[in-house]
Amino acid sequence: MALEQAVKASRMSRYTRSRSGGALQKRKSLVLTIVMTLLLVYSLLPLFWLLVSSTKTQPELLSSFGLWFSGEFSLFDNIAQTLSYGDGEFVRWFGNTVLYVVVGAGGATLLAALGGYGLAKFNFPGKRAVFAVVLGAVAIPGTALAVPTFLMFSQLGLTNTPWAIILPSLISPFGLYLIWTYAMDAVPTEVLEAARMDGAGEMRTFFTISLRLLGPGLVTVLLFTIVATWNNYFLPLIMLSEPTWYPLTVGLNQWNSQAQTVGGDPIYNLVVTGSLLTVVPIVIAFLFLQRYWQSGLAAGSVKA
Amino acid sequence: MTTLSLSAKTGAPAPRRQRKRDWSGWKFVGPFMVVFALVLIAPVIYSIYLSLFKDQLIGGNSFVGLANYGQALSDPKFWESIGRVSLFLVVQVPIMLALALFAALAIDSARLHLSSFYRIAIFLPYAVPAVVAALMWGFMYGTRFGLVGNVNDFFGIDIPSPLSNSWILASIGNIVTWEFVGYNMLLFYAALRVIPADLYEAADLDGAGTFRVIRSIKLPALRPAIVIGTIFSIIGSFQLFNEPNILQSLAPNSISTYFTPNMYAYNLSFAGQQYNYSATIAIIVGLLTAAIAYAVQISGSRKEV
Repeated sequence: MALEQAVKASRMSRYTRSRSGGALQKRKSLVLTIVMTLLLVYSLLPLFWLLVSSTKTQPELLSSFGLWFSGEFSLFDNIAQTLSYGDGEFVRWFGNTVLYVVVGAGGATLLAALGGYGLAKFNFPGKRAVFAVVLGAVAIPGTALAVPTFLMFSQLGLTNTPWAIILPSLISPFGLYLIWTYAMDAVPTEVLEAARMDGAGEMRTFFTISLRLLGPGLVTVLLFTIVATWNNYFLPLIMLSEPTWYPLTVGLNQWNSQAQTVGGDPIYNLVVTGSLLTVVPIVIAFLFLQRYWQSGLAAGSVKA
Repeated sequence: MTTLSLSAKTGAPAPRRQRKRDWSGWKFVGPFMVVFALVLIAPVIYSIYLSLFKDQLIGGNSFVGLANYGQALSDPKFWESIGRVSLFLVVQVPIMLALALFAALAIDSARLHLSSFYRIAIFLPYAVPAVVAALMWGFMYGTRFGLVGNVNDFFGIDIPSPLSNSWILASIGNIVTWEFVGYNMLLFYAALRVIPADLYEAADLDGAGTFRVIRSIKLPALRPAIVIGTIFSIIGSFQLFNEPNILQSLAPNSISTYFTPNMYAYNLSFAGQQYNYSATIAIIVGLLTAAIAYAVQISGSRKEV
């Protein structure tokens, strides 16, 4: 009973905060709409080019005007070729990418949720040290560590295994920071006190109550980590020397480099169609989850 | 009854449990910290260790102190790559952030038709993998069968190739801008959304115009977000790797193996097997990035007064 009320109260206090800022009704501006439309065209033009190009045969791709359809419509033919080329290595890379995203992004979100929540809601010995180390590490760019990480992982025998990609993906300092700021308001300490009085353990409270209250923050972190792991390129590039465990990004670039080499198989239509197939799932995930971003980002930026 | 009255006080500053030596927080922070130590702290320590040694044909692996750092600081290739990303930083980042700021203000202004459609569409390129972004733009840049070639044929003109030596950095800047304008726009927009409505109402009562509101209310509220966006962009510029690395196969003559510091470190390791020197370069660039990011943060928060 006490719990439900506290949860309700915390929800209400959050909703009253997040009203739309500055959106008093105003006259629409035509000039502004035109200028913004230019930016919109800029943002969508390459994607439109990609869509159009993936419907063309190889000769048409190299000879026709880039921004309009030409020749016979061969999108499905291109897709079939992309999926079957090189014993279906594209499908294999697709599966690898999904594995890295599910385990990497899912794990990163879970670790960030636990850690951020722990930092926001508990006092424990060494907490200051944790803050100092994590905040210090945010300044160290991930790519700067790629080469040393590779050397270390090769000593440990982890290179050329999925672990070499998954383990580094599990850490999202930005995600930790976001959940930390979000949890301070979203999970009222009173709720936790009430749960403790009801005799629930800390972990149980986290998974049954707090996780739900952290919802929008979690989705934000999940989307960031999904995009980051789906698009990961540098790390797999150096960690993997055989195509077996390649994600889509590295595989596509290998196709492209091969097409550029003299005497290589010129499979530009497959590079283009493969690019389209790489973009479509992440764009769909993005469109589904994008409305949650704003609330999460806002929570992060208030405290910043 | 007691629990009820307790829970009714939501919103009051929460006093945390003040039990001495309560370790239960570690149950939550522990897993993160274990992986963190393995994939972040250990490589940092390992690369510092590597940078102090040298692997020589005669004598094998030996301790050389700061000799690698001395070598890097007098290495013209290293300085050329630093100079290139600095130029990139000074030109591309302001353009991108100005575009993002304009877009965020436009979307927040309530003067735009279908503003949420614009917001999502402009943000969309952020989801596109850097590999695909570089491949798409790289193909379009082509003068033989790309869009640039189409334009040249159609108008009978001769636009210089975006992949040529003198234009390649600008072309990469365009790709990076395309990828991140929407991200920064959303960062700014999120900060604008949490401005309390009473501020706008007060400004309205005082008869403040649109630009006055932008200058006196919106821009000050945006300062922390702008500082964060700037810091992220500085880090991104110094770490530039994906786009030039992928464009290299399309423009092998314009992009050298030491085009950016990161590409230099990568090629030293994987083409030259010079792991110690490569680790040294990575550390110097990391320190330089952190120093500049820190300076931006200091000057950004000082003006906040």
